[in-house]
Amino acid sequence: MGDSSSINCVQHIETYVDSSSSKSPSQQDASLDALAKLLLNDMITLESLVREMEMYLTTSDNIIRARGILLLAELLTRISSKPLENKTIHSLIGFFSDRFSDWRALRGALVGCLALMRRKVGTGVISGSDANAVAQSFMQNLQVQSLGQHDRKLCFEILECLVDSYPDAVMTMEDEFVYVICEAIDGEKDPQCLLLTFRLVEILARLYPESSNSFSSYAEDLFNILGSYFPIHFTHPKDEDDVKREELSRALMLAFASTPLFEPFAIPLLLEKLSSSLPSAKIESLKYLSYCTVKYGGNRIQEHHDALWSSLKDAILTFAPSSLTVGPGQQDNKIADEALILLQKLIQLDNGSFPFLKLILKDVDINTTLKSLSSYNNYDEITVIDKQRLNAVGRILYVSAAASIASCNAVFESFFSELVNGLQSVMQEKDYVPEPKFGYLYICVDLLSACRTLVKPTEITYLDNETWCTMLHSFCTMLTSSFVKTMKESTHNIYTHSGVRGLQILASFPGNFLPVSKSTFEDILVEFISIIILKFNNASIWRSVLNALVEIGSLIEKSNDLEKMASFDVIVVDRMLALLSSDDLSMPFSLKVEAVSKIGMTNLKYMLKIVQELNTAISTSLHKYWLDGNSNSAEHAMLLLECYADKVLPWFQNIKDADNVAMHFALRVWDEIEENTLFCDSLNEKKLLETTMNGMKHAVASCSENSQSMILDKAFSILSSCTSFQVDESMQPAEFSCREEWIISLFDSVIIALHPNTQGKNMKEILQIIMRALSNGHIPSAHALGSVFNKMPSDMQYISLEEAMDITFNKYIGRFSNGDNDNETGVSNLRLSNVNDGLVNSHAIIVGLAWVGKGLLMRGHEKVKGVIKFFLYFLTSNGHSSTSNGSMNSSEDCEDLMRAVADSFSIIMSDSEACLNRNFHATIRPLYKQRLFNMVMPILLKSIVKSDSPSTYKSMLHRALAHVICNTPLSAILGEASKLIPLMVDGLAILSEDVQNRDIAYNLLLVLSGILTDKNGQEVIVENAYMVIMCLNKLVFYQHMMLVRETAIQCLTAMSELPYSKIYRFRPEVLQTLSRVLDDPKRSVRQEAVKCRQAWALISSRGLHI
Amino acid sequence: MTSALFNPNPVVYQKKDRRARSRPGDGDFDEYASELIDQLEDPEHPLTLEELKVITEDAVEVDDKHSYVRVTFTPTLKHCDMSTIIGMCLRVKLLRSLPPRFKVDIKVAPGTHVTEDAVNKQVNDKERVAAALESPYIAAMIDECLTPSYE
Repeated sequence: MGDSSSINCVQHIETYVDSSSSKSPSQQDASLDALAKLLLNDMITLESLVREMEMYLTTSDNIIRARGILLLAELLTRISSKPLENKTIHSLIGFFSDRFSDWRALRGALVGCLALMRRKVGTGVISGSDANAVAQSFMQNLQVQSLGQHDRKLCFEILECLVDSYPDAVMTMEDEFVYVICEAIDGEKDPQCLLLTFRLVEILARLYPESSNSFSSYAEDLFNILGSYFPIHFTHPKDEDDVKREELSRALMLAFASTPLFEPFAIPLLLEKLSSSLPSAKIESLKYLSYCTVKYGGNRIQEHHDALWSSLKDAILTFAPSSLTVGPGQQDNKIADEALILLQKLIQLDNGSFPFLKLILKDVDINTTLKSLSSYNNYDEITVIDKQRLNAVGRILYVSAAASIASCNAVFESFFSELVNGLQSVMQEKDYVPEPKFGYLYICVDLLSACRTLVKPTEITYLDNETWCTMLHSFCTMLTSSFVKTMKESTHNIYTHSGVRGLQILASFPGNFLPVSKSTFEDILVEFISIIILKFNNASIWRSVLNALVEIGSLIEKSNDLEKMASFDVIVVDRMLALLSSDDLSMPFSLKVEAVSKIGMTNLKYMLKIVQELNTAISTSLHKYWLDGNSNSAEHAMLLLECYADKVLPWFQNIKDADNVAMHFALRVWDEIEENTLFCDSLNEKKLLETTMNGMKHAVASCSENSQSMILDKAFSILSSCTSFQVDESMQPAEFSCREEWIISLFDSVIIALHPNTQGKNMKEILQIIMRALSNGHIPSAHALGSVFNKMPSDMQYISLEEAMDITFNKYIGRFSNGDNDNETGVSNLRLSNVNDGLVNSHAIIVGLAWVGKGLLMRGHEKVKGVIKFFLYFLTSNGHSSTSNGSMNSSEDCEDLMRAVADSFSIIMSDSEACLNRNFHATIRPLYKQRLFNMVMPILLKSIVKSDSPSTYKSMLHRALAHVICNTPLSAILGEASKLIPLMVDGLAILSEDVQNRDIAYNLLLVLSGILTDKNGQEVIVENAYMVIMCLNKLVFYQHMMLVRETAIQCLTAMSELPYSKIYRFRPEVLQTLSRVLDDPKRSVRQEAVKCRQAWALISSRGLHI
Repeated sequence: MTSALFNPNPVVYQKKDRRARSRPGDGDFDEYASELIDQLEDPEHPLTLEELKVITEDAVEVDDKHSYVRVTFTPTLKHCDMSTIIGMCLRVKLLRSLPPRFKVDIKVAPGTHVTEDAVNKQVNDKERVAAALESPYIAAMIDECLTPSYE
């Protein structure tokens, strides 16, 4: 050892061992790490270190000795990967296990032992005799339950390690060791230690064979200790304990099930807890029973059969839900469910002679219930108790039959023929009883669904010889006809649903399952489809039949059942398609579309067929509508397009190579437009156009880039063939004809949905056309313009972004704002043009500019500043320039324009469904809203503060500010809260004067309440308390919107929690205001007022003045 | 609170299903309803007055036009000492919850209490109410009963 490292080493040792307060824990940790590093790098050897530490390990000073031993132990933990010689390990483990007797330095001894025992093979492990020595010393010296929590935990870890890694050593000690473990774990209460004890018992029990005498004598003692923990229940629940409870409960369950020797004690205990009244205890017991019975084995369980069955029957009969709804949507009860799981496990464990199943089949209660089925004539006559009983029996029979093929045979032999006969007999005397007897129907369907679960599509014919199969085969036609009759003729929903469900189960047996023949399957489909076509007036049965068909269809798809697929194709799909094109008007078109789209979604093959049919139907109905404005075909087209955009296209998104579908759809619509040059003049269905645009957007958005280019080219060629879109310089706005309106709108939709990488060759012309349309007041063009600027790559092949920008700004909008320096003329021009020439729709231009600004802002482009500056200049110039420009500007027009400009901040800041979102491939830089907020806020703040102009202008500024504030994330607002609060209060006062601003005022108030709930925000509010309270005191009387009043009162309530010294002066005033609010016309406002009044009254010890 | 209960085992009734609160926004005016007071706790038991049928919806009469409210309550026992406190709780709760324009009368249902007149006098006399509330003991007890109704 080098001298330097030796000195170094001594220093570190002293630092660690020194227990006086001069050394902080972190310093001690650091020296521990340093020592471990020295050891790992072979700078010092373990032997020399121990020699160096000798004094600390053997001193009679308890504290220093404890630290010394702990240091050695911790070091061993840290160098567990370093190989050590066996001799070293032997002497070390000898030392540590010897120290078990030294209770003052116990921690170090435990840690050291554990570190050595946990070493991996290859780095030097302790020998069996060493392990034995550890165990002996442990048994002699340690009273585990008298130690602290952490030491106990270490002890359990040592025991676990011994049992787990050195079973031979443990086995030689036999009884004594088990006894020590019993002693150690008895009375443990800490959850973490318990987790270890449960695991300890589990591995210990697994060590001993089932026949071991020594262990069986201790099994009872061990189980008595364990059993007292069941069910795991915390008397002082804390937040994170729930996870731990699950963990503990699972560990205890594993311990219970670890050896069959526990069976004589465990099962009675669990059964006893099952009869307790605590629901959680019941559930736990059932879970444990399910797990343990499997582990203990059927033979051992057999003697408990009677007790188990009676407890289970009790639980199921008591807790089964009393509603008898069929199929999904069934109510569940956790206890009944767990009981049924256990029931099924028990049946599966049964040996050849089925002792347990026989208990069920011969049970008096079940048999009487089944006998009494014939007495339930009508569903409505069945009492709630009987319903519950019926449900319980149905479920018991279901799990019994579904447990195994043999049990299914037994159940069918005992009950099935009787049930079918019951069902049948009722059907025959139908003249007297209008409804079949519900009980038979219900149980039959339950049994059918149980045997359905036994048939796997992969397994083949050997099933056909089983008893239940032959029975099913012989009853099949009878059952089918009964179900069909019930479905068709019954007036009661629950009957028809049961019928449908029965038929669905029969139809969903795989094609190679012989008992249910192919012709039966086809018959059922025919019946179903006739319901779909004829019984659309009864929504409930129609839906359930449609769902049944969809489920059958997807099952066929999943099992790839070619034979059945062919029948389904002919009987269902083709008939459905014929529905779409038929002119039969008796069935509502929306139902047709729903049925067709749902069936299509089961299978790609069907869907492709259906898509073709849908395309044709859309073309024809659009065509009809364009020709004569027929409102009927407009409605059809709308339904079809909605179905396309909402259901079909999203469905195709999960399917590879389905790009074509969307592309064909888009092209087809464009073809249709191209071919139809004759448009009826008076087409006033705005909604159809919107739906078509929406469909077009979604279709184009889901296309690949190549297909998008194709669509774009096609659309552009149609667009440019239309004379009114040809670009001229005159900018004469033209009235669009109907067809032109459709063309430009759909073209805008295509542009909105393009990928950023889709290259348009004619971008220049496109831009000009869009802007022409925009100046005609066509708002979707504004969306398109914004999308173009958002997505256009800056190095585009045909036109650069800069160039495009120049075209837009200079040629059109630039008429109003010629570059950044010339805002003033731009603004006055815009005002003038609004009044003067009437040529250009200034509102639309502003909206267009706002969308361009949004597009640029979202991609984080610098040019957005130009747009924002223009808007801000417009707002802050207060109309000075307009007055200088002559008297032609009426202030009203000016105000309108300013409002439009203020609202454009809402466009820029808020998220839009129509365009510029993720669905339509927008380029979105994170935090763009915050960026705009930081850009705009200082300027708006300054201008509002100094603005001495008429209130209308000020209110416009506030309007803009409110839009920005409402759409900025709260965290950003909180950072600036101290500046914003006065303005927000001011803004609320001004905005609340005008009814039109009520939504903005409400949103602003919500932001204020958001600030109030934040800790930092509250501090700012406190500084401005007077202002805020005065403002809220007014808003609680806001006439135009109840929500504003309610929120204002809630804000006041929140303010009552601010520091007393800051708010006590406002108490009388607030209370007075509130006593008037108590007379509010709306109850919810009054209730809030009562709460608020109480809250304010309580801030002072004087209570409420009355 | 007294150490011995007057009525250790009261009959507990099912709470009446509140008629569904009209959605905010429809209609201009929601009526005043008795739900303001039926959430009050009984001074003796952790049950609400409605559960004990001390107060029922029918026993509250509201005349909005004439700003008048009349509450009739039925003590659980004829000699129940808590009747005055219950009356005071009702009084205080209504004072805090109703606009000042209302005149509130609170009466023990005739024939359900031995000191009916005394209770009525205490609960309906402004001066007596104010005087009772001066006592910190009574005020604290009333506040304790009222607290759940503000949650």
